[in-house]
Amino acid sequence: MIISISSGKGGTGKTTIGTNLALSLEGVQYVDCDVEEPNGHLFLKPQIEERISVGIPVPQVDKSKCTYCGECAKVCEFNAIVVVKEKVLFFPELCHGCGGCSYICPEDAIEEVEREIGVIERGKAGDIEFVHGLLNVGEPMAPPLIRTEKQFINNDKTVIIDSSPGTSCPVVEAVKGSDFCLLVTEPTPFGLNDLRLAVEMVRKLKIPLGIVVNCCDIGDREVWQYCEYESIPVLMEIPQDRRIAEAYSKGIPLVEEIPEYRSRFQDLYNQIGKRVQEESG
Amino acid sequence: MKELTVISGKGGTGKTTITAAFAALAQGQVMADGDVDAADLHLILTPRIKKEEAFYGGRAPLMNKDKCDECGICMEVCRFGAIHDFVIDPISCEGCGLCMHACPNDAITMEEKFSGHWFISDTRFGPMVHGKLGIAEDNSGKLVSLVRQQAKLIAEEENKDLIIIDGPPGIGCPVIAAITGADLVLAVTEPTLSGIHDLERVLGVAGHFNLRAMVCVNKFDINTENTEKIKEYCRERNIEVVGEIPYDPIVTRAMVARQTITEYDSGVVTDIIKRMWARIEAGLGNGFER
Repeated sequence: MIISISSGKGGTGKTTIGTNLALSLEGVQYVDCDVEEPNGHLFLKPQIEERISVGIPVPQVDKSKCTYCGECAKVCEFNAIVVVKEKVLFFPELCHGCGGCSYICPEDAIEEVEREIGVIERGKAGDIEFVHGLLNVGEPMAPPLIRTEKQFINNDKTVIIDSSPGTSCPVVEAVKGSDFCLLVTEPTPFGLNDLRLAVEMVRKLKIPLGIVVNCCDIGDREVWQYCEYESIPVLMEIPQDRRIAEAYSKGIPLVEEIPEYRSRFQDLYNQIGKRVQEESG
Repeated sequence: MKELTVISGKGGTGKTTITAAFAALAQGQVMADGDVDAADLHLILTPRIKKEEAFYGGRAPLMNKDKCDECGICMEVCRFGAIHDFVIDPISCEGCGLCMHACPNDAITMEEKFSGHWFISDTRFGPMVHGKLGIAEDNSGKLVSLVRQQAKLIAEEENKDLIIIDGPPGIGCPVIAAITGADLVLAVTEPTLSGIHDLERVLGVAGHFNLRAMVCVNKFDINTENTEKIKEYCRERNIEVVGEIPYDPIVTRAMVARQTITEYDSGVVTDIIKRMWARIEAGLGNGFER
């Protein structure tokens, strides 16, 4: 079973839920797909055993063959390659690595070479199998790194995927293909606004979902009204607690600071399991 | 004209709360919401929309079933696994168009793809430009650039000399689109290990694009030791820490009341934000033309 954790709004507690769920279960795999700002490792403190460079294929023009016909520039939907007189200009950050330019080149003058956009690190944190991706600073495109990272998903295990906030391509890439999506929110106007967007996204992906309300005693009650109206289950509530915030600030997992939470996360997992079974049955 | 972008790396550190407060404190500015993906600034600034435009973020392939003879070449060439059983999955499709070029039967055409909206609005603090990307759409960077461009046009037309941009979280394409060419970025962080880790990465991005940055530590009293670490880190890099805001539940109450913190309360948080704004304004005016 693959459980993805997402949120719409940032800073609502995705990583807290993801890491503590992983720590409360046995032998799971934790895959941090927030490759822009991964934080899971700060709490799980894994021993990294392997580092894999991830690149995308980008064009390299053989000047001796190129006739500057401009077909490559015409085919590129992302304006990553431009031909000006007797010069081919390439803008690597715009390239999606689709291979269109080399496919179309009538002179066979374009070869593709890997350009690194980030790395994937794998390791162990106790009995947790740990994977995360790190987008290189200055790189705009997270989805190809996330796609590669997800090839390391271990289907024999319960997999917990942490995503970045928002509802656009990196989040979709992280969440799609999961069996259940847990959306973490806080009961504030910002939390609710972004939760609505996240729910729309998850529904578009046709993935069953549930909500965790973090800092459940702040703000107002509109998140619950919304969930009731939309028939979305609220699977867990965590109160605002200075002790939790302070432990978080130091990288101490909630279940270590307050061990009673372990059984609450196990209960959360069981509820998810039941719902996934109901969906598939 | 100067552009200030508020970013954070980590989400939920208080970007929008602080940007909204700046909207109330600044004078003669245009507001721009550079978060088009999970935008929140409108919840506080309650814009009245004057103009709404469609945003076309790129092109997407359209399959003409009548012309398709199911040869499968499109599926072979697509590197994004976006075509299954001769059907294009718009969610996996990157819009590269290779399938169209490869199709021997001209069964695929590329069509402009509607990807969201952008708006020009009035708020109680002056004009605001904002956008809303369609759910699960890509090209948020393009929409952010468009929002900034429109904000600039308005600033020129109305003789405003400042644009304040509420940035998105992360370090990827919409963040880069929100900060490139800005005169100043303010990175809002919190004194947690995650906050520090993400701050370092987002300041790295600002550095990568040669941008001047300032830092604000929100909820600094959650962990004063970490706050010291952030200040030390910034000192070493010559980055000014312009504000340290304590944790205060009044901030959430202001949000629930749909007001900026400076409108809602005149306590310590408002005081600190006012002083921070004065330092930013001084910095912006201090001729660090790029």
